[in-house]
Amino acid sequence: MTQKKRARPPSFKALPKALTGIQGLDEITGGGLPSGRPTLVSGGAGSGKTMFGLEFLVRGATQYDEPGVFISFEETLPDLAKNAASLGFDLDGLVAQKKLFMDHVRISRSEIAETGEYDLDGLFIRIADAIQRVGAKRIVLDTIEALFGELPNPGILRAEIRRLFGWLKDKGLTTVITAERDRPDKLTRHGIEEFVSDCVIVLDHRIREEISTRRLRIVKYRGSTHGTNEYPFLIDEHGISVLPISSLGLDHAAPATRISTGIDRLDGMMGGKGFYRGSSILMSGTSGTGKTSVAAHFVDAACRRGERCLYFAFEESPKQIVRNMRSIGIDLEPWLRKGLLQFHAARPTYAGIEEVLLVTHKHIASFKPNVVVVDPITNLLTVSTLNEVRSMLTRLVDFLKTLEITALFASLTAADGFLEANEADISSLMDTWLLLKAIEVGGERNRAMYVLKSRGMEHSNQIREFVLTNDGLRLLDVYLGPEGVLTGSARVSQEGREKAAGTSRRQHLEGRGRELDRKREIFEARMTMLRAEFQVEEELIQQSISESKLLDKELLQDRGQMVRSREADASAYRKNGSAPVARPR
Amino acid sequence: MPLRKIPMPKRGNYLLRLYVIRSTQKSERAIENMKRVCEAHLQGRYDLEVIDILQHANLARDEQIVAVPTLIKRLPAPLRRLVGDMSDLNKVLFGLDLRMQEP
Repeated sequence: MTQKKRARPPSFKALPKALTGIQGLDEITGGGLPSGRPTLVSGGAGSGKTMFGLEFLVRGATQYDEPGVFISFEETLPDLAKNAASLGFDLDGLVAQKKLFMDHVRISRSEIAETGEYDLDGLFIRIADAIQRVGAKRIVLDTIEALFGELPNPGILRAEIRRLFGWLKDKGLTTVITAERDRPDKLTRHGIEEFVSDCVIVLDHRIREEISTRRLRIVKYRGSTHGTNEYPFLIDEHGISVLPISSLGLDHAAPATRISTGIDRLDGMMGGKGFYRGSSILMSGTSGTGKTSVAAHFVDAACRRGERCLYFAFEESPKQIVRNMRSIGIDLEPWLRKGLLQFHAARPTYAGIEEVLLVTHKHIASFKPNVVVVDPITNLLTVSTLNEVRSMLTRLVDFLKTLEITALFASLTAADGFLEANEADISSLMDTWLLLKAIEVGGERNRAMYVLKSRGMEHSNQIREFVLTNDGLRLLDVYLGPEGVLTGSARVSQEGREKAAGTSRRQHLEGRGRELDRKREIFEARMTMLRAEFQVEEELIQQSISESKLLDKELLQDRGQMVRSREADASAYRKNGSAPVARPR
Repeated sequence: MPLRKIPMPKRGNYLLRLYVIRSTQKSERAIENMKRVCEAHLQGRYDLEVIDILQHANLARDEQIVAVPTLIKRLPAPLRRLVGDMSDLNKVLFGLDLRMQEP
């Protein structure tokens, strides 16, 4: 029972750590609490110190084969068992299995008088006995400072508590000492933190705007790196879960595989392949621009690939979403039945933002989805500030990235402008930013979308109109007018105009064609006529030629006959030369 | 923690239990001091039992012993605990209701 100096391991050697089994805590402490050493857990009333201690022991006993001893200085054992049962821990069962030993140290100040020097050997003996009964490796003292209210002579008490911590360290027990923190400038009421040099954790329970949040911070962890942020945590039916705010580095894998958005032409806008797996997508738009429809397409496509989807609905009930999506031809029901799709619907106002995100975190950890949809993240702003939402989302995005989960965050933007500025902060966390827009022109409101950014891939710079049809969301062709994209009836009238112009051009062409035909016909008709005339003339000419030839021949014959018959002289013949011609033959 | 069933002693008698660890100086002093006080003030009407909790850790638990030495005055009522080596005689006497005023 004497305090002995323990050789400190060389600083370059990793400090041995004992896993707490508390979700998230082992990550931020880099492997748990210092093994074989005391850790101080300090916090105000109701901050969860006792639960922390109980879970540390229960997890140790059930998961790491390290039995534990719980020394309660405040709550009675039946009360503790009842409280633990609310976290799903069966203390009585563990006690019966000799994996846990519980002792309640209760003394009442009114009965006690100090008559001289004393020590805490009674407590030492009780603890030693308890340790020996279960072969304990872990011990929780909750809250040892209560002794100050019960035993006289604080000087002796302080010295004895110091001796106790040293003794537990010598015995090699991983110890959790809880302490009440009643003032913000002090860790413990009686300053026992000076006896605990290894690890100090502060729990905090704050209420702001009627919403309570629990936080955990590692104030000190000698010989070990640790996260220094305030980590929100949650106590629910599965115990404590701490959300590691941000992973210590940005070293998550970046898969090169791509997954479809569920909308062909949107894939087309992103190099034809869709999103990167494991990327985070922000989809913002004013109300009624079709965010949920885009999300439903994405979910539907993922389920078709046989992937698991987790849908956080902060605005609509799952039944409503399923019904509404059926109206655009997407049936999510079968995926729900197959267990590929799971909805979690809750209004964030029900709890604080930390709690909402912790719940999100837990569901993701237990459902192990490939795809997560959060619709919309802006509802979180109703319970917190932009700054907090940003820090929460950073953590969530990091968490999702480490698990290579593709996440689609819908964000509702105010109808009156600022839509990009408001989210610029959040958007820097995201790999892809889809903007859905309502374009109001010519007395109507049409939907359009564009890819504002998409890291690491070629993407279209076009603003594309889309319509929600019975058969899903359909991106339309781009119509560029003098004032930008044409949408709705402007697009329809543009289409009409183009059609009309086409028709008249076609008619014009057809007309010219017909004219040509006509001319050709006329030409051909004339040709025929000319040929006919020519033939007639030719015949006539031929006839006259042949007649003249015949006549010549006859004349020659006649002349010969006349010469022969009359034997007249040539002069006579010449004188009446014409007479024989007129003579009929 | 319910009181242990104990035999009812005569009216006005003192039933005292002194929880110690035999091997320590403080405890030896407390035993000596207690014996002296009892002989001087309660002669013939006391029952002092000295219990070494090193041998009876369970008893220490049942009796809610934290500090050593601890004297528990079972009877007469009210139950009272005195911690320390019993060297402050006035406080011991007050604790045993043998003196009316706290010194």
